Order: sequence, then structure tokens, then C-alpha cells
Amino acid sequence: MATLKLDVENPRELLEYVQRESGQPVEKCYQCGKCTAGCTVAFAFDLMPHQIMHMIRLGLREEILRAQSIWLCTTCVICTARCPQNIDVAAVMETLRILARRQKALPTGKARPVALFNRLFLDSIRKHGRLFELATMVLFNLKSGHLFREAETGWFMWRKGKLKLTPTRPRGTEEIERIFARLQEVEGEEDRR
Amino acid sequence: MRLAYYPGCSLETSAREYNHSVQLVGRLMGVEFHEIPDWSCCGASAGHTTSRLLALALAARNLALAEEMGLDVVAPCAACYQRLALARHELAANPSLWERVNGITGRPFNGTIRVKSIVEMLLSAGTEKIKSLVVRPLRGLKVAAYYGCLLVRPRAIQIDDAENPQVMEKILRAAGAEVVDWTHKTECCGASLAVSNEEVAIPIISRILKAALAAGANCIACACPLCHFNLDIRQAKAKRFLANYRPLPVLYLTQLLGLAMGQGERELGLEAHFVETRSILKMVG
Amino acid sequence: MKRIGVFVCWCGTNIGGVVDVPQVAKAASSFPGVVLATDYKYMCSEPGQELIVQAIREHRLTRVVVAACTPRLHENTFRKTLERAGLNPYLLEIANIREQCAWAHQKQPGRATEKAISLVRRAVAKASRLEPLFASTIPVTRKALVIGGGIAGMQAALDIADAGHQVILVEREPTIGGKMAMLDKTFPTLDCSACICTPKMVAVAQHPSITLYTYAEVEKVEGYVGNFEVTIRQKARSVDHTKCTGCGTCWEKCPTRVPSEFEQGLGTRKAIYVSFPQAVPNKPVIDRRHCRYFAAGKCRVCEKVCPTGAIDYQQGDQLIKEKVGAIVMATGYDLFEWEKVYGEYGYGRYPNVITSLQFERLINASGPTGGKILRPSDGKEPQSVVFVKCVGSRDPAKGKEYCSRICCMYTAKHAHQVLEKLPGARVYVFYMDVRTAGKAYEEFYLRTLQDGAHYIRGRVSKIYPEGDRLIVRGVDTLLGRQVEVGADLVVLATAVVPSRGAAELARLVGISCDQNDFYTEAHPKLRPVEANTAGIFLAGACQGPKDIPDTVAQASAAAAKVCALFSREEMAAEPTVAQVNQFLCYGCLECQKVCPYRAIEPVTVSENAAGKKIERTVASVNSGLCQGCGACTVACKPGAINLKGFSNEQVLAEVDALCL
Repeated sequence: MATLKLDVENPRELLEYVQRESGQPVEKCYQCGKCTAGCTVAFAFDLMPHQIMHMIRLGLREEILRAQSIWLCTTCVICTARCPQNIDVAAVMETLRILARRQKALPTGKARPVALFNRLFLDSIRKHGRLFELATMVLFNLKSGHLFREAETGWFMWRKGKLKLTPTRPRGTEEIERIFARLQEVEGEEDRR
Repeated sequence: MRLAYYPGCSLETSAREYNHSVQLVGRLMGVEFHEIPDWSCCGASAGHTTSRLLALALAARNLALAEEMGLDVVAPCAACYQRLALARHELAANPSLWERVNGITGRPFNGTIRVKSIVEMLLSAGTEKIKSLVVRPLRGLKVAAYYGCLLVRPRAIQIDDAENPQVMEKILRAAGAEVVDWTHKTECCGASLAVSNEEVAIPIISRILKAALAAGANCIACACPLCHFNLDIRQAKAKRFLANYRPLPVLYLTQLLGLAMGQGERELGLEAHFVETRSILKMVG
Repeated sequence: MKRIGVFVCWCGTNIGGVVDVPQVAKAASSFPGVVLATDYKYMCSEPGQELIVQAIREHRLTRVVVAACTPRLHENTFRKTLERAGLNPYLLEIANIREQCAWAHQKQPGRATEKAISLVRRAVAKASRLEPLFASTIPVTRKALVIGGGIAGMQAALDIADAGHQVILVEREPTIGGKMAMLDKTFPTLDCSACICTPKMVAVAQHPSITLYTYAEVEKVEGYVGNFEVTIRQKARSVDHTKCTGCGTCWEKCPTRVPSEFEQGLGTRKAIYVSFPQAVPNKPVIDRRHCRYFAAGKCRVCEKVCPTGAIDYQQGDQLIKEKVGAIVMATGYDLFEWEKVYGEYGYGRYPNVITSLQFERLINASGPTGGKILRPSDGKEPQSVVFVKCVGSRDPAKGKEYCSRICCMYTAKHAHQVLEKLPGARVYVFYMDVRTAGKAYEEFYLRTLQDGAHYIRGRVSKIYPEGDRLIVRGVDTLLGRQVEVGADLVVLATAVVPSRGAAELARLVGISCDQNDFYTEAHPKLRPVEANTAGIFLAGACQGPKDIPDTVAQASAAAAKVCALFSREEMAAEPTVAQVNQFLCYGCLECQKVCPYRAIEPVTVSENAAGKKIERTVASVNSGLCQGCGACTVACKPGAINLKGFSNEQVLAEVDALCL
């Protein structure tokens, strides 16, 4: 493994950002590792939660934002529930995920389908106000390059009447669109700052 | 009891049987549901994963709609419950954020209504009420009550203890079922990884099934469409990790209650599951 | 006119590195009444003190200001210096320019110097209004009360008694011995705990100068240093110990079995019982809560079988009053109740998840398994034992923030014992840090590593049963991996907490506790074995988690302090106590309500008013009890109370000097 260079520029910047955005005292982490010990998905992580907590303190921004772990986190909140220092580790992971998206860090490996799924999910809400499951799944398959994945599942659900061919469109989709639009404005402004 | 009803996206489609069973059981228990007109998606995990403001705004819009009806809102889907309840909590804790979110939705939420989980709704009249409605006690059923994450975490919105909750058991016992003491009732099912990264989700799912089987359960009760999807539909793939596998039907809490209250299997949508539920019906008789 | 000398200390670089000391002295020389202001590197040193003595003589100083560290550290030192030079020691005023200035403002030396000058100005203003004070004397009852009969209490009692003083030892359990009597071996020497503890128990019982009350509790403490009056409640044993021979027939025949406290629930005892075979006294008590006769009115088996007629169901509690001059608190510790909060470890539902104290009983030759390590669920020998450290310790979310200090060593001992007794067994120890500061401690830990114990660096997130084993899911942070290990037995090193009821006892005795209910010492370095109430001393784990060597050392230290107090028939009382001007007092007694030391009492005075003799109630301060805290002076509406050395006039002069 490559040697990590610890003398990064502005080593406290990331820590301060994460603490501010998540509202969590990352500095209190004493590396007991209980977050990793109980983590649902740790076996598939490239960086363990406690390592991420440590790296935030060291200011290793690139390494963290490259990690697939931050995307694979299911926000099951077990880490938070059991943290002896009362740190909401799940909220910290979320803050990093949001930071990665806003910094346009490209998710790789297992993180790619997660990011894609999230994007399609939100696209669907933005368009229909509610999730249009069928279309989201089809699009997901198309874009992730596995056209016939889940064909069997889909067929089963179709037979059981669990898939609808058309979206239910509540009135008020314009309202939803407005929420998304306003948010883009607000966040765009923040990002420029 | 009158409640605003927030079905959520899944209950309209892939979890329609949950929707039906909630409505049936709720009505039997004297709940009057008023579906929120023009409700929209709670944002689910895609929302909060993308932007905290977005997640709050999507939830707050629905809270505001329910508030306009002047009713507390029940969200049967555990994910919707968590999103709505957590948004309410976070807004109340941070007035400036609250103001910002109200500005974004353009539909001010004033915090005058509460969000109820399905469990809270069922228990609000006490277990005696449930017992009085039971006509077909669920004798012979050994149920593993599965809470997953969203009903018990984080602390601010938990309906019961995060490590060994008992409220679902209380309801199931009132319906005449036996409940098993098991070890994975609040472990995570893998959530949407079952869609985006199936190979990661399957071992997670199999761990839960293994624990339920080891405890001697003959079915699982849940209260979340995504948990249900993972434990039921993904059981076919998870079973290769399980040495002593036997099919483990996964039912919504309200389906089991509905059965105990004499509702038919068709009305409750028992045929809509991937793992056969006939064994359950036979046991209950 | 007062002639004031100001002596500013550098304290090496502690003050001198931040504050411009010569400038402070220079500024002080212009303050009213100051005839000399000078500075020195270490004022508390021999030459520094000599400097003060010489200056007092040469310049005929009548008041002295020392600007140095906190008065808690060296006020007494400099008072003695004044005395040597022939001045009343209370004509001294300290300006704390170290803790309250140099240390606090290291980054702003300029402003620190300004502040130091202000602090000295304040001290000078007060010094010019100081009056000589004279210590009075109070008699000392040379008899000590020791509360708690564990190793700390026994050691303190024996040391005081060996010095020739009378000791009363009160223990609430039916036997003395405390936690140490439960232990198997002691680290780092692995000598047998009982071989040290039981002879001491016998020595206590047989010592002619020690009066032992077991199954008794302190109910009331009145009085003050040298002159306490305590009330002890001897709980009804339902057995007349003057008749009982301890033959054991009663507890053999008693039909009621209950979980034994001494065996930590791993074994049982009868309703009439002695805690363990070597108990002192070796005579039983009836546990009325569980006794059939007391619960249901039927049985009386013990009475029938007792050959000496010692059973006495009618026996009631007895109240005993004793006068003592000093009190040693030695109430020890209990274990944190992990079952109530650690859901992830099963809330105490899994029989094979036990505490370290339970493990001590398991491995103890006189324990419920005769010293065999057998798991509680089925009595099988475990092949894999997992130890989890810091359960409740260093865990602000679920337990306590502090380190319990003893767990690293006893867990290393337990790991060693498993490997020794069960060849081929696997031992895993989950730890956050290994803390082995102590003589021969690190060596002991390294030996356990060499024995083959696997130390895994990380916390455990979940323990759950699978089949007849337990799965322990944790992390190895050194590997950066989640880890899982199957265990037949899991031993939790649960936090050390003050013994149950410690806080209530503190209130009753009149001493203070920290936020965790450990008793607070008067000063961690200067007065580590004294409570902040005069005449009360601390020994052992009631003051903070401690191992046996430290406990014994502290107990002996407390005993030495008691002996010092008992070395004279009278003791000097601090003159800095409150004083009521009875002409101004109108008897509202607000002062009595706020006094934390119960030092104020109403008295009736008679006086002549317009030729008539009238009686009225006024407040009066018991100078033996008063600790000079000053709370009463603030509560006093007519301003009738002055604290000597901190009079209203003096304090106002200080405020003026700082603010005007």
C-alpha cells in the first residue's frame, strides 16, 4: 500500500467542515472501533468507519472521498446507537457522502450503482412526486449495463400486481419541482461560497 | 381515532398487501383513515443521502399537508415513519433550519401534529382491544418479530429499545401467537443495497434469516416494505448461505393481526409473497 | 499606619515566563502603605523565606503580601514564615498570580502583567485591613470510627488500634472482608487473596482496641473534628450472638435457598446464613426478607434445631451512640450494573456472559465450582473464553467517563489463569488500551501475552448466542477489520463505581462527592487522604478506583493522619471562622439554613432594653464545626455575620481596589 503523506494542507479544514455540517464532535472519537465492530456492511467496506473517523482528524480528504464505504453505508445507525462517545457516526458518513457529491467526486466500484440508484430515485420523485418503481428499475438496469437483471423478480412482481405500468401523479408535482429547483439555487450559492 | 394516512410510494405498488392489511385492521380497531391528498414521496434514503435540506423539505411538505387536515399522521412504512418523525424532530430542535425549510417548501409546517408508527397506532387502544378482536388466535405460530433499523433508531424517534424491543411481541402475543426470543431483530436488512449491490446485501439478509431459523421461528413479522422485499423476495438467493434452510414466510405485522381478526387471505394479500404463506394458514386453521 | 511588604515570586518560569515580575514589584511599591516591594525566583524556598523574614525585621513590616501561587499550596508555608519573624501569621495575604493569571493567560503576557498588578493591588488593599487572629483549642476524643470493613477499613482500623487508640469498625454486611475476601488471587504476585485477607479479618476481630459492629450501619453523625457523636444502627440479626456458637446446624437445616451475594449469584445460601466459611464473625444472621417464618409466619426450623437457643425472632434493631474524634470512610466499591444498559451484550439474559467478579468466584477454590472454570449454563469447561474490557468504564454514553484502573491487571490475571487451568483453551481479550502502570505490572501483562492470550485492540459491538456458544462481534483496529469469535464464556470487566449508598452516606457524614459519587479529597496532592471536612479521612476505593496495594497504602496514610490528630489532647482550631455580632442579629436564622456544616444554632440572649430585661433569639456559630466557607455571611440580611480573615470591610476593600 502506498505511503500516506500526513502533511496535508489545512489539516483542520475537513474536520471543522464535518463537525459543522454534521453537528457531531468527531474530535471526541478515541478510536475504540465499536462503530466498525457493529457495522452492517463493514465486510464490504474499503475503509472502516473508525478509520474514516481517524482520517477526518488527519484531514485526508482525497482518501475519504474516494472511499466506496461512504456510499455503501445503509444508514442503519447501529454505529451511532452504540458509540460510547455519543457521536452520530451515521450522520458523519452522510455528511461525507453529501460532500463527495457536491465536490463531484466520482464514485467507483460498488459505490457507482448506489450513487446511480439514488440519482434515478430522486429523478423519479422530481418528475412524478412519487417513486415510479417500474421505470426507476428499468432505467437502473439500462444505465448500470445489466438489462435483464431482476427479470425474474420483475416478472414475479408483475404477476402479483405489485408493479404499475403508469406512475400515480398526485396534483402538486409542480410544488415538488419547485422544492428541487429552490434547493438547487440555495446549494449552488453555498457551493460557490 | 381519526388519523391522517400517509401510505408512501411502496404501499401503492410493491407493498400493496401491506396497505390493504393496515386499512383492514385499522378499521376493525376503530381507526378512521384520511389519506393525505397529494402526498408526495418522503425522500427515503436517496433524499437524505443527497442533501439534508432536500430530505427535510420533502418530509416537511407532507407534514404540512397533514397539519392542514388537523390530524396526527400515521405512516405504516417504517422508512416513511422514520423520515417524517425525524424531520419533525430535527426541525423542532433547530428553529433557523425550520424557517429555511418552510421557505423552500412554500408550505409552512408549524409542528402541531405528531407522527405515529404503525405499532404506536395498534397499541394506542391497548392490547386488551386487540385481544377482544381476535377470533382466530395465531396458535402454532412462532413468530420472529423483525424491527430492522428504522423503527428503533436513532434514539430521537425510536418506538422502543434499540437492542431488545418488545412492542411488536406484545401485539403478536395479544393475537395469540408465540414469539421467539432472537438475536437479530434490530440488525439491518441491507436496505437498498439489495437492489444496487445484491452481492453485498445477500450475506446481510442471510444472517438475519439464519438467526430467525435458529430461534425456531416459523415465520417473520415485519413492518417495512424494504425489509419485506429483502427478507422475502431475496430469500431465494440468501438460502444458499444457510445450512439448515427451510422456507420462512415473511408477513407484515398487520397481515398476521388481520388473520387473527378473521380476515381472509385474499383480502390480506397473503398470496402476494414470494415465500409461500400457505404453511402459516394451515397452522392457524 | 500599616507598613506593608510585597514579595513577588517568579516561580521559575511558571510566573516569570509570562508575567513581567519586576514590573509588578515596581508597580506595587507605589500602592498605599507599601514600604517595600521586591521579587525573587522561588519565594517558597529557604532563601526566599529568609528574604521575607529579614525584610520584616529590617523594614519593621506589619503586613505581608506574597504574590505567588494559589494559597491552597503555600499559604501555610508563608504563615509560618511570618511567625518566625515574630508577626501574627494571619497578617499575610496571598495574591494568586500563577493559577489565576500566568497559567490562564500564557498567550497574552502583556495583559497578564496588567492583571497581576491588579491582583496585587487587591491584596495590598486587604492586607492593610488585616487584623491578628488567634487560634483557639478544642479537645480531642481519641477514638476513631471506621466505616466499612473491607481491606481499606480493616487496614486503617488495625493501624490506628496498633498505635494505641480505640477504634470502632462498622460494616453493613454480616461479615467483614469486603470484596477482597471474594477474590481468588491478587496481581501481580498471584498470591492467594484469602491468605492475606482472612488473617486480617481475624486480627481485627481479636484486637483488644477494636470494637466491631457487623450487620450495622451509621445512621447519624453530629459534632465536629475531635468531637463527633455517631449513632450506629445494629440491624436485627435474629440470632443472639452471645449464645450462638456458630455450629452451623441452623443453616444446614434451613429449607430456604436464595442466590448468594457473596457468590455473586453463581451459588446459593440459606435464609439463615454466614456469607462464607471464613466469615468474621462466624455466626449467622437471618435474612428476614427471604426467611419463611418472617414471610409466612411458619417454619421456625432453625429455632428447633439450635442447640443453644440462640435464635431470637423478636430481636429488634438497636441504636448505639459512640463519641469519636475522627472518622475514616472506607466504604469501597461496587460494580457498574451493566445489565441495565448494555443491550448489545444481552442485558444480562445470557448465563455465560458474566462479570469479572463472578469469574473470581468461579476460579476460587472455595467458590461454587470448587475452583473449576465451568460455564454457568451447563457446567461445561469452556474451550474459548473472551474477555471484554472497559464495560461501563470510558463509556460516557452508557456508563462512566473514567478509567476503572484495576481491570487491565485483573483481566491479564484472569487470562493467565484460564490458560493455566485449561490447557488448550483459547483466550481473547478485547481492549482499548492496556494500562499497566504499577510496580511489576507491565511485566505481568507481557507474561500473559507470552502465555498465549490473544489481545485484540477494539471494542465489542454485540454478543449473542448461536447454538450453545456465544458469538462475539468486535473489531481489530490494528488490522482494520471487523472480527468475530465464538466463545463458551464471556467475561466483562465492568466499571468500578462507588459502593451503593455512598452518596447518601456522604450527606449524612457531611462530606462531598464528585460527579460520580466518589468521595472528594481535600486536595489531590496536598491532602489526598482527607475529606474536605476536618476530622474525616478517606481510605480506598470510596475515593476513586484503586487496586489493593494502593488501597492499603491509602488506608495506612489515613490511619497516620488520624494518629497525628490523636497525638495531642487538644488541637488548634482555625481562627478563620464566622462570628455573629449579636447586637445586629435579629434571629431570622437564614444563616442556619445555608450552613453546610450545621455549625449555626439559635441561642437565647437576655439584655436590658429601656430598663426592662428581655430575651431574644440570635444565631451562634460553633467554631469547632465552622469551616469558614462564608455562606452565612452572604445570607445574613442585617450584615451581622463576619468571617474572620474575610470580613465585610476587607472584602469590600478588595472589590474597591479591583474595580475603582
